[in-house]
Amino acid sequence: MQGSSRLVSRLVLTLFVLWTVATILFLIFRLMPGSPLAAFVSPTFTPEQQDSLRRQFGLDRTLFDQYLLFIGNLLQGNLGESFFYKRPVGEVVMTAFANTIALTLGSLIVAYTFGVLMGAMFAWKRGTRVEAVGIPIVLVTRAAPEFWLGMVLLAIFSFGLGWFPGGGANSAGQSFSSEWARIFSLDFLRHLILPATALALYLQGLPLLLMRTNMLEVMQEDFVTMARMKGLSNWAIVIRHAARNALLPVATAFALGIGQSVGGNVVVETVFSWPGLGRMLVDAVAASDYPLAQGAFLLITTVLVTMNFVADLLYSLLDPRIAHAGHR
Amino acid sequence: MPVTAEPSAVRGGGRGRFAAVGRAFALVRRDPFATAGVLIYTVFLTIAIFADQLATHDPNQILYRPNGRVASNLPPFAQHILGTTNLGRDIYSQLVYGARSALIVGITAAFAVVMIGTLVGLVAGFFRGFVDMVMMRIADVALGIPFLPFVIVLSSFLEPSMWNVVIGMALVVWPSTSRVIRSQVLSLRERTFVEAARVTGSSPFRILFVHIAPNVLPLSFVYGSIAVGWAILTEASVSFLGFGGGDTVSWGSMLQNAYASQALSRGWYHWFVPPGVCIILVVVAGFFVSRGFEEVLFPRLRD
Repeated sequence: MQGSSRLVSRLVLTLFVLWTVATILFLIFRLMPGSPLAAFVSPTFTPEQQDSLRRQFGLDRTLFDQYLLFIGNLLQGNLGESFFYKRPVGEVVMTAFANTIALTLGSLIVAYTFGVLMGAMFAWKRGTRVEAVGIPIVLVTRAAPEFWLGMVLLAIFSFGLGWFPGGGANSAGQSFSSEWARIFSLDFLRHLILPATALALYLQGLPLLLMRTNMLEVMQEDFVTMARMKGLSNWAIVIRHAARNALLPVATAFALGIGQSVGGNVVVETVFSWPGLGRMLVDAVAASDYPLAQGAFLLITTVLVTMNFVADLLYSLLDPRIAHAGHR
Repeated sequence: MPVTAEPSAVRGGGRGRFAAVGRAFALVRRDPFATAGVLIYTVFLTIAIFADQLATHDPNQILYRPNGRVASNLPPFAQHILGTTNLGRDIYSQLVYGARSALIVGITAAFAVVMIGTLVGLVAGFFRGFVDMVMMRIADVALGIPFLPFVIVLSSFLEPSMWNVVIGMALVVWPSTSRVIRSQVLSLRERTFVEAARVTGSSPFRILFVHIAPNVLPLSFVYGSIAVGWAILTEASVSFLGFGGGDTVSWGSMLQNAYASQALSRGWYHWFVPPGVCIILVVVAGFFVSRGFEEVLFPRLRD
């Protein structure tokens, strides 16, 4: 009972946050210098296109009417026409989204697998030289700018050794039967490895440190002492009891990580010319393609807010104590 | 968040008002990591302050060889410590001036974030009720805004400048600080020394700022020392993407220039490696200092 009412209130909060961000975005693009038309109509559009957009978004009406239309269109997925691509923003944004998700999930899975294993190892080796050397190295990888890591990887492995392509998501001239075939092609994988490595290097620190701290805490809990008294081997305790409980916050961090990376990938996507959402946002802002910039930003926000909600759900699902603890 | 601060840090809060702050600084001196962090900060601060004296050239000046041609792509360790860029600018001098803009942005942004975060946390946690509810909903919204994309969108309607990073951070990054401060205040306000102050007739604001605030300051320092690094990272990213200030020399803009001038494919490591190393050092220094503070705040990790 309590669990479901908590779920509903989190859901309401999520929708509230999305609505507020959309409103702030509407205001930002209306406050911009130039006529209000500038946010949706490019002078390069044909007169018919301009008329149609003016009607769709009520650009000759009051600000409040425009706001209602904006929200209404948004709910139907209509974000206007991209100035540059001359196509609906929704369509343009979704193709980039597939590339971003592939990059994000690829790097997160590598980073979390590595981080969890190493974190458990560091907890086990607490107080040894392995830890004394390892922890500062992990802190350094967390401090390195992702795009700089990417630049160094590019210089060494792409331009220096020639092992990997220097950018993009697919070689020129390749054609695929479907979007799925493209993403699971060997060519795509070859392009994915360097940017995903740059991201994973940066991302692995968080699960590693989380896992280590959790393991250290869990190892002191009563049920571990109990298992020890039952005469279970160290290995059995770590795998069957400690690791499982230590993984809970890491799972939550993974969900949060998806949401944050989709927006945070902006720089890595730019370094590797990866045709993803972040690079699209940068290009759209640089080229004053306002509808596209709004669309890309809203999609990034939606992913972030949704994943925050999922992480919250996961946390209460995996840890029943939270469900009864009320607000944090 | 899964990691919450235990209130054990502020156990002795009632005794000396600034005891917690004093203890934090004392411990920083004893922790080797924290000492290293403070040392790195001091070095970069010195470089930033004396940039005019330390730099060998004007960072934006195009230099010429004796024969009148542009001194482009000179290798390091000859007449120029780190060589020159493809347009004949001195890389070492750019690096030195980059430290100045990095620290200006980092410290201003961290100060703004921590000020807002601490004030909101204090007020929300102490007064509870409606004020708390409104402030925490605003915090929820701010946490739902993707930070880097937000700074990029900001720069589309503000003039491109390094201050966008500071504005962006002040608007979006404070909630994590204020949530932690708030939960501390929630537990502190029930303590006996606060009760005692209340009984002796102290006003709510006096209780909040004289009795409670000094006890949460070490926590603010932790978030501040991390925020400095984060601001510098963000400034570098924003400049790299080309939304930084036009003429300001920063580590991010150096990296952008190197990237755009094909320094990667030509293997000019002396151009793009040093700015990255500087960024890492400053950010790591923040982690180390905050680690030192954490020893105060999470004492049981020391077992």
